Amino acid sequence: MRRFFPLSFVLAAGVAATAGWADQIGNADTGAVLFGDCSGCHEVGAGAQNGIGPHLNGLFGRPAGGLDGYFYSSGLARMGGEGLVWDLTTLNAYIENPRALVSGTRMSFGGWEDPQERADVLAYLRRYSDDPANIPEAAPTARVSEVDLAPDILAIQGDPAYGEYLASDCKTCHQQDGSDAGIPSITRWPVEDFVVAMHAYKQKLRPHPVMQMQAGRLSDEEIAALAAYFKDLE
Amino acid sequence: MTINRRRFIGTAVAGSAALSAPMVMADGHAKPRVVVVGGGAGGATAARYVAKDSEGAIDVTLIEPSRAYYTCFFSNLYIGGFQEMASLGHSYGTLASAYGINVVHDWATGVDRDAKTVALAGGGSVPYDRLILSPGIDFIDGSVEGWSQAAQTAMPHAYKGGTQAELLKAQVMAMPEGGTFAMVAPPNPYRCPPGPYERISMVAHLLKKTNPTAKILVADPKEKFSKMALFQEGWNDHYAGMIDWVGSDFGGADVSVRPDAMEVVIDGEVTKVDAANVIPAMKAGLIVERAGLTEGNWAPVVPATMQSRMDENIHILGDATSQGDMPKSGYSANSQAKVAAMAVRGALTGSRVFPAKFSNTCWSLIDANDGVKVGATYEATEEKIAKVDGFISETGESDDLRKATYEESLGWYAGITADMFG
Repeated sequence: MRRFFPLSFVLAAGVAATAGWADQIGNADTGAVLFGDCSGCHEVGAGAQNGIGPHLNGLFGRPAGGLDGYFYSSGLARMGGEGLVWDLTTLNAYIENPRALVSGTRMSFGGWEDPQERADVLAYLRRYSDDPANIPEAAPTARVSEVDLAPDILAIQGDPAYGEYLASDCKTCHQQDGSDAGIPSITRWPVEDFVVAMHAYKQKLRPHPVMQMQAGRLSDEEIAALAAYFKDLE
Repeated sequence: MTINRRRFIGTAVAGSAALSAPMVMADGHAKPRVVVVGGGAGGATAARYVAKDSEGAIDVTLIEPSRAYYTCFFSNLYIGGFQEMASLGHSYGTLASAYGINVVHDWATGVDRDAKTVALAGGGSVPYDRLILSPGIDFIDGSVEGWSQAAQTAMPHAYKGGTQAELLKAQVMAMPEGGTFAMVAPPNPYRCPPGPYERISMVAHLLKKTNPTAKILVADPKEKFSKMALFQEGWNDHYAGMIDWVGSDFGGADVSVRPDAMEVVIDGEVTKVDAANVIPAMKAGLIVERAGLTEGNWAPVVPATMQSRMDENIHILGDATSQGDMPKSGYSANSQAKVAAMAVRGALTGSRVFPAKFSNTCWSLIDANDGVKVGATYEATEEKIAKVDGFISETGESDDLRKATYEESLGWYAGITADMFG
């Protein structure tokens, strides 16, 4: 298993942010070294330009897909339109598992498992945003800090037959054949990505009122059942 | 259709369950028979899900007069010039060829509930073990004084898909410069609550381009309507000065029409109009009334299964029902169809039955790339389908979000039509 409890890491980071980020934010110098994994596609700092990926100056507070002059994936542009803004919480979730936060992103990066590494890289990037001292305190109420994702949620074995019934509600919009014009594809996702994404909606970390509402009424078992069903859909 | 491992197991389970489960089946028939009347968002979906999920264990017949089905949803976008009529047409070919559904192009004229047969206009009758009725709406003649279905050429309702929408668009296009378009909006409850107001938006969009001094006059028997704040904001932003909406508090309910003279009379004031769209009061499609399944204008149903309250062998879907909190919409009918299909399979083959879950979202287009939406989730209680949670677009949203909402509606159209027709 690539990751164990991704959202619990995200949430732990969120709680830490409000509790006393100064001690937790990570080491920007270590982050500068780790950024070597990103620099093939992303530039940051004086004179940074868009390359394969957009430059990352002024990243904090920017809407996802919000940089003029860079051609984003439709998935990222869509999430920006729906209100996803880059801050410590959302970036932390994104670099932990890009596809689980943004369906259809072109960022071909597997994600950092280690919360400390993520904190270090974000500390480094924070140097290149406006007024970095304010960023840890920005919009603390927007952070998810009350939700509790039990560590065994990812261990639930979904019932694909139940998932097939529940999925009929999804297929009014999401196409069975995986087409993704206007509405993202949800077929053949790894189970973990699917479960994480649905809980991210349920906890309103991912924006989108329809999906927040749909995920909001699903139990952990129902989310697992849907993940089990869509995983194998042909 | 490929049979993968899961499907195969599903079949095996259904098969073994069938041996032990009490079968509801007419004597002498190898398979239980499901007949579906009406091939729209409710009926086509129900037929497809029963056939698909029963894997051949149930014989499914779909009775629908039209060979090409034109969706009523998105017909406003055709009027506004955002969709071609051809792209709103769908055939039943895949339901027949890939799902093995017997598609019968005929009118169902009546139901013999004792004999459990459906009579066809072309002669003969079709027997059923379970019947699913999804006939949509009919209009109440005389609900707008001066209008009857005989007047639908002069003053189209354009509230069923296809030719009526084409007629209305042609009449709007033919209006003289600075002419007047009138709409008589329907009283609650009616199909597609935001539909009349999306239509006003689309007519305004068309006129703004081709006839910008034209006027739009709306007589409405209601004080308020679906997404009212969003539409009014959009009308101010995009079509300032063009639309005159007369609600019931200003006499909008006191309306009559004179189709021969092309006049609309609102609160005693006569207006000569160049095109008129009369959307009358509605009732359940005729067949449920003929089958004796209505109470007032609509057919009451059991929320958990969509069974008629008056006949447990008949399920009723969509606009024709009275069920509680869900709006009458294609999305709702599609959602209800899946619950009904599961209940029908459970009753006929003993397949697993899960708790009913319903949902609905209605997208509306106000102008190019200015989409809004409203939606909710629902559950079955004893007395009604009850709303659980909901949302609505907000006024003042960003252009990017409105554009994303519109693009999402296009994705939804592709999704629901694939879900209906395979």
